[in-house]
Amino acid sequence: MTTTLAAGPRGAAAPPSSPPPTRRRARRRELTAQWLFLVPAIAYVLIFFGYPIVKNLVMGFQDYSVRTFVTGEAPWVGLANYAEVVSSGIFRTTVVNTALFTLGSIAGQFVIGLLFALFFKRRFPLNNVLRSLLLLPWLLPMIAGSAVWRWILDQDGGILNETLQGIGLIDDPIRWLTSPDIALVAVILVNVWVGIPFNMTLLYSGLQNIPDELYEAGALDGATGWKAFCYITWPNLRSVVNVVLVLGVIYTLKVLDIILGLTGGGPANATQTLATDSYRRSFQEFSFGTGAAVSNVLIVVSLVFAVVYLRANRRAEEE
Amino acid sequence: MRRTPTAVGAATAAGVALSLSACSGQTGADDGTLVVTDTMSATSAPVYEEIYDACAADLGLDVRANHVAGSGLIATVLQQASSQTLPDVLMLDNPDVQQIASSGALSPLGDYGITGAGLPQGVLDAGTYDGALYGITPVVNSIGLFYDARALAEAGVEPPTTWDELRTAAAELTTEDRYGIAFSATNSFEGTWQFLPFLWSNGAEEDDLASPEAVEALELVDALVEDGSASASVVNWSQNDVNDQFIAGNTAMMVNGPWNMPSLEAAEGLEYASVPLPVPAAGDTLEAPLGGEAFTVPDTGNPEKMAAAGAFVDCVTAGENQLTMATGRGAVPADSAVAAEAARQNPTIATFVDTVQTARARTALLGPDWPQAATQIYTAEQLALTDTESPAEALERVAAQD
Repeated sequence: MTTTLAAGPRGAAAPPSSPPPTRRRARRRELTAQWLFLVPAIAYVLIFFGYPIVKNLVMGFQDYSVRTFVTGEAPWVGLANYAEVVSSGIFRTTVVNTALFTLGSIAGQFVIGLLFALFFKRRFPLNNVLRSLLLLPWLLPMIAGSAVWRWILDQDGGILNETLQGIGLIDDPIRWLTSPDIALVAVILVNVWVGIPFNMTLLYSGLQNIPDELYEAGALDGATGWKAFCYITWPNLRSVVNVVLVLGVIYTLKVLDIILGLTGGGPANATQTLATDSYRRSFQEFSFGTGAAVSNVLIVVSLVFAVVYLRANRRAEEE
Repeated sequence: MRRTPTAVGAATAAGVALSLSACSGQTGADDGTLVVTDTMSATSAPVYEEIYDACAADLGLDVRANHVAGSGLIATVLQQASSQTLPDVLMLDNPDVQQIASSGALSPLGDYGITGAGLPQGVLDAGTYDGALYGITPVVNSIGLFYDARALAEAGVEPPTTWDELRTAAAELTTEDRYGIAFSATNSFEGTWQFLPFLWSNGAEEDDLASPEAVEALELVDALVEDGSASASVVNWSQNDVNDQFIAGNTAMMVNGPWNMPSLEAAEGLEYASVPLPVPAAGDTLEAPLGGEAFTVPDTGNPEKMAAAGAFVDCVTAGENQLTMATGRGAVPADSAVAAEAARQNPTIATFVDTVQTARARTALLGPDWPQAATQIYTAEQLALTDTESPAEALERVAAQD
């Protein structure tokens, strides 16, 4: 690493100070210099992103257990891990839960985030203060956030049930975290709360980039309120929306801490997702091979959305 | 360019070595110091360190202790195993001993003349893998039934000793703003651990979860929630949560372990007492799970230090030290004779002294395959307690997943 860093600038600075070389040599030097600049970045990506992903892919095909750490032996088992994962009773549940959790979270985060962004686009006193306060969920450590939410959502003395009962909306306490039918909804609600700042911030900056003149011109032609949103705001915001949605999906697929903190994947696996199942297999049952297999499924899904993101991004740049 | 990977490698190695020595106190150089890694909290660590120091002085050793959080221990151990930097003496939670021993990272304690004489069968089972003793647990614990003595007196209820009495007592103790009983049935090994006394005492085994005995055990726990004697929230309560509920007066009885006694003592106005967990019928034997941390000697490849570590473990786990540890932590000495002495000195621990004599190691039957069975058990309990399936269906489903 040190050699490349030292060589980079020297290589780049070399041409002007040395006597005029032939064109071919100059070209080769320039190429070398270009590569030298690239090497640190490539090395970084390979070491910190490439290696773990490749390692994880390989682990998915190995019997990787506690024993492996001591002996270094990880027998190749082909697709056995995947067969075990897919045939286990929990796989369908986790796939459905992951899909519902992702869709529900994204829908909630995006709609509420967009509404907040539109709201804060108006000028009014305390606008900045309120907007900064909305970032709080983002700043709070997830595990602390979920501990507080567990307390809020508690069935017997939780403040949410007490409040709902107090104002007469419900008669019996809702079993937010202990009913298999409701727990996933509760977990989604908390994740929506966590995701709002991200959506709001990106959409807000997108809104800032729409020139005011468009609205002024539109207003002259009678495009105000809802019409202005449909014909001016939304089309101009499209590229930002794509980015927000795709990044949101990728971030939500891998959510682990919130679910672990709130329900630990329970009750009765009602909130078990691919991410929590992978964690459980690897770090509770020490079956690192099948854990890796589950997370590889997750990686492939994320990769699909990452490609969508890159393409959407490129289109946005071309526009 | 050839130099770059080497340089990176060297830098990484140096970095790893530095960080390892920072967290494990182990230097690459062999300075003869014995490194002990345990999972003692800040409150129990001084008790253990005093014993370490005394043993080190007796044996003429230099000993350095590291205290790490129990939750992160296995990850640390695996990382140390792969980089061959395991400590000389390693404390492991007893159900993990067989798992780690099966990997070949530990050395048999028989090599150092440690036989485990005087220890109950459960303690020996927990430390034994493939016929050899790998871990010795000086102080043990289990779970029992704690109750609010005043609440029981007011309701005219005697502490239950059988399942029928438990169900009746829990129902009678349930009032408008208080449940009769609380326990942990969470989606984790804690839920499994708390269900085991019911499962085992009824004669069920973890390798045959669809048996009628297992169904009866789950039906009992399910009935406590169905009756309204226990909150439906038990599926989301850890043992700490259960203890909080008990201290807050939200429940008249709780299933929990002796390690809670310091916080129960500190709770103002609480008059608590404990009895062994109820058994299916009068005269049945209680089979509760055995808890506690075992001392092991990792195979570090240095016979001299391993022998010293063996002698050190032998000293630390000796009878009089068991008594000191037990008093310091709210636990029971593993040695039956010492345990009887502890019960005489401290009557509040007597319940658990009785319980651990017949307690079972979680890994006694399945060894390193225990985690899978443990997952099946808590999954079945969650399915039943959330009314997703009947106890029989739930157990059949998880048993079919082998």
